[in-house]
Amino acid sequence: MNSLIPLIPFLPFIGFLINGLFGKNLSKNAVGIIGSGTLLASFLLSVACFNQVGATGPIQSTLYNFMSVGNLQVNFGFLVDHLSVWMMLIVTGVGFLIHVYSIGYMHDDEGLWKFFAYLNLFIFSMLLLIMGDNLLMLFFGWEGVGLCSYLLIGFWNKNREYVKAANKAFIMNRIGDLGLLIGIFLIYKTFGSVNFSEIFAAIPTIQPEAGVVTLICMLLFIGAMGKSAQIPLYTWLPDAMAGPTPVSALIHAATMVTAGVYLVARCNPLYSLSPDAMHFVALIGLVTCIFAAVIGLRQNDIKKVLAYSTVSQLGLMFVALGMGAYASAIFHVTTHAFFKALLFLSAGSVIHGMGGEQDIRKMGGLRKAMPVTFWVFLIGTFAIAGFPLLSGFFSKDEIFAYTWAHGGKVWWGLAGLGAMFTAIYMCRLLYVTFFGEFRGTAEQKHHLHESPKVMTIPLMILAVLSVAGGFLNTPHFMHLGNEQWLAHWFSSVGATGLPVIPMAEMHLEPSTEWGLMGFTTSLAVAIIIALYFIYGKISNLPVTDAEQTGLTRLIANKFYVDEIYDFLVVKPLEKLSRLFYHYVDIQGIDGLVNGIGTGVQRLGAEFRKLQNGNIEYYLLGMVAGAVLLLLTLLI
Amino acid sequence: MLETIRVVPIDYYVYLSTLLFVIGVFGVLTRRNAIVVLMCVELMLNAVNLLLAAFSTYLNDSQGQIMVFFIMVVAAAEAAVGLGILVMIYRNTKSTDISLLDKLRH
Repeated sequence: MNSLIPLIPFLPFIGFLINGLFGKNLSKNAVGIIGSGTLLASFLLSVACFNQVGATGPIQSTLYNFMSVGNLQVNFGFLVDHLSVWMMLIVTGVGFLIHVYSIGYMHDDEGLWKFFAYLNLFIFSMLLLIMGDNLLMLFFGWEGVGLCSYLLIGFWNKNREYVKAANKAFIMNRIGDLGLLIGIFLIYKTFGSVNFSEIFAAIPTIQPEAGVVTLICMLLFIGAMGKSAQIPLYTWLPDAMAGPTPVSALIHAATMVTAGVYLVARCNPLYSLSPDAMHFVALIGLVTCIFAAVIGLRQNDIKKVLAYSTVSQLGLMFVALGMGAYASAIFHVTTHAFFKALLFLSAGSVIHGMGGEQDIRKMGGLRKAMPVTFWVFLIGTFAIAGFPLLSGFFSKDEIFAYTWAHGGKVWWGLAGLGAMFTAIYMCRLLYVTFFGEFRGTAEQKHHLHESPKVMTIPLMILAVLSVAGGFLNTPHFMHLGNEQWLAHWFSSVGATGLPVIPMAEMHLEPSTEWGLMGFTTSLAVAIIIALYFIYGKISNLPVTDAEQTGLTRLIANKFYVDEIYDFLVVKPLEKLSRLFYHYVDIQGIDGLVNGIGTGVQRLGAEFRKLQNGNIEYYLLGMVAGAVLLLLTLLI
Repeated sequence: MLETIRVVPIDYYVYLSTLLFVIGVFGVLTRRNAIVVLMCVELMLNAVNLLLAAFSTYLNDSQGQIMVFFIMVVAAAEAAVGLGILVMIYRNTKSTDISLLDKLRH
C-alpha cells in the first residue's frame, strides 16, 4: 500500500500531462474519460487507504529528500492519517463527480482539453496540500491550487472582466499566502522543523512562549483567510464565479476554499495552546458568517447567491474551529462539499438550460421544464437550510451546540442569525428560480430543456450524499446509531502518538441539546414555509436595480466593500505606482541609463570630428605627437 | 678621408641634418602633391642618414653606417611601394592631390 500512495496525487498529474500535451488532438470524449478516469483511480486508491488507515493507523511514505539545507530537512513525503485520508476521499470523490458533470457541461467548449488539464492539475495540487507530511509540501499544494484557481476563473479569457476577476483572486490569495509563509518560517525558527509530526511532537519539550504560538497561529490563519475567503480577504470569491460553473462547484465551494479549515484543523495542537488565536478565529468566522449571509439576501445572480452562501458557511466552519470543535468543522466541510457542490452543479444545469442566463429575475417556473434539476436543487437547499435529518441539519446543529457550550448564548444567537439568513436567501433562490411563472424571453423558453444524463447522474449521487451525509456523525442524544462516528474516527491515534483531532468536550444536558436543536430546526422549517408564500407564487419579480432604496440597495451593492477596498487600497496603490513610474522609473532609472547612452553618443560625435579623412591633418597630428614626445624626453 | 670629414665640426652636421629634416616635415605637412610628399619623406630619411654617418665617423663606430644601409634599403622599398600606390591612385582619380583621399571619413 505504501508504494501506491504517491500514485494518488500523481495519477491526476498524469491526466494533466496527457490532456495538456496531447488533448488538442484527442476527441472530446477521450479527454473527458482520461480526466475523470485518472481521478476515479485516485478515488479507489483513497478508499483503499481509508481501509488501511482504519485498520493499522497512519501511513507515511517518503518519495525522496526534497531539500537538505543545514538543519532543514524537507522530504517529498506523504502523511496519510485519519484527517488527510478523509479529505482525500472528499476531494477525489466529489472531484470525480464534478469531472463527469463537466463532460456534459463543457461539451460545446473548444478548450475542453485545457479545462480538463487544469482540473486535473488542481486535483493534483489539492492532494499535495492535503497529503503533504510537512508545511512546505502543504505550501506547494497551496500555491498550486491558487494557480489553478486563477487559470480556471479566467478560463474564458476573452472576457476582460473575467480576467480581472482571476487577477483579483490570485492577488488576494497572495496576500494571505504571505502570512502563511511567514508563519512557516516562524514555526521553523521555533520548532526547528517543518514536518507536522516533528512539530507536534516537539511541543511538550520545547514549550514555546504563548506569544510566539499566538503569532504563529495568527499568521497561519491569515493564510487561511485568503484561501477560505474570510473577512477581510473574502471579496475574490464572489468574483471567482466568473469561471465555468463546475469550477465554482469544485474549487470555490467544495474543496479549495476548505483548505484554510484543513490547515487550522491540521495544526490543532498549536491552536489549542493559544486561546487568543482561537478566539480571533471564531470572531472572524462569526463576522464573516453573518456579513456574507446578509449580502446573500439581495443578490440576483444565481451563482453570486451561492458564492456568498459559501463564504458564510466557511465562516461557520471557522466558528467551529475557534470553539475547539475541529472535528465538527471538518464534518461541516464534508456535508458542505456535498450540498454546495450539488447546489452549484444544479445551478450550472439551470444556466445550461437557460442558455447562459444567470439572473434569477429572468427565470421562474423552471420546475416543470427541469424536474431532475429542481428536485436535487430542492434537496440541496433544504440540506443547507437545516431541514431535519438532512446532512446540513446534523453538521450545523453540532456547531451550534458547541457554540452554546463554549461561546455562550450571544455567540450561539449570532451564529444562529447567520444560519437564519442562510435559510432565507437559499429559499428565496429556490422559489424565485423554480416556482411561479417563467419570466425570461420567448426564445429562452423555447430553448429551455433538462440537462443530459451525464450531468444529472452526478447530481443525483450528490443529492443522495446530501441527504445521507449527516448520518456520518449523529449526536449522542438522538440515539440514531453511528453516534459521533466521524469525531471518533478523527480522534484515533495519529503519527505523533496523539489523537489526530482530540474529541471536543461538550457538557450539555440532553434536554438542552434537544431544545437548541428544536429551536433552530423549527426556525428553519418556518422560514422554508413562510418564504414559499412570499416568493413561491409571484409571476413577476418587482425589484429592479433602480428601485432598490436604503438598506436593500446597500446590501445589493455588497455594502460597497469592493468600492471601499478600491478607494482605500487599490487607488492609492495605483497612484503610488504611477508616482514611482514617472519619477523613479522614467526620470530616475531610465534617465540614468539613457543619460549614459546619450552622453557616450555625444562624446563620440565630438571625437568623430578628429577622423575627418584629411591626410595632412593626420600627419600634423603625428608630427605634433612626435614633437610632444621629444619635448617630454628632453624635459 | 676621416680627416676631411672631421674638418667640419659635428655641430654643423647636426644643424644641417635638422634643417633638412625640418624641410622634409614642412614639405610633408604643406604640400598636396603626393609625389612631393614622398620626396619630402625621402629627404627626412636622408637627413637622418647624414646624421648617423657623421656620428659614426666621429665616434669611430661602424654601427651607425650599418644603420644607414638598412635605412637606404627600407627607403628604396618604401619608394617602390609608395610610387606603386601613387600610380594606382592616379589611374583612379586622375590626380595626385592627397587631399582628395578622404574616403575613410565615411
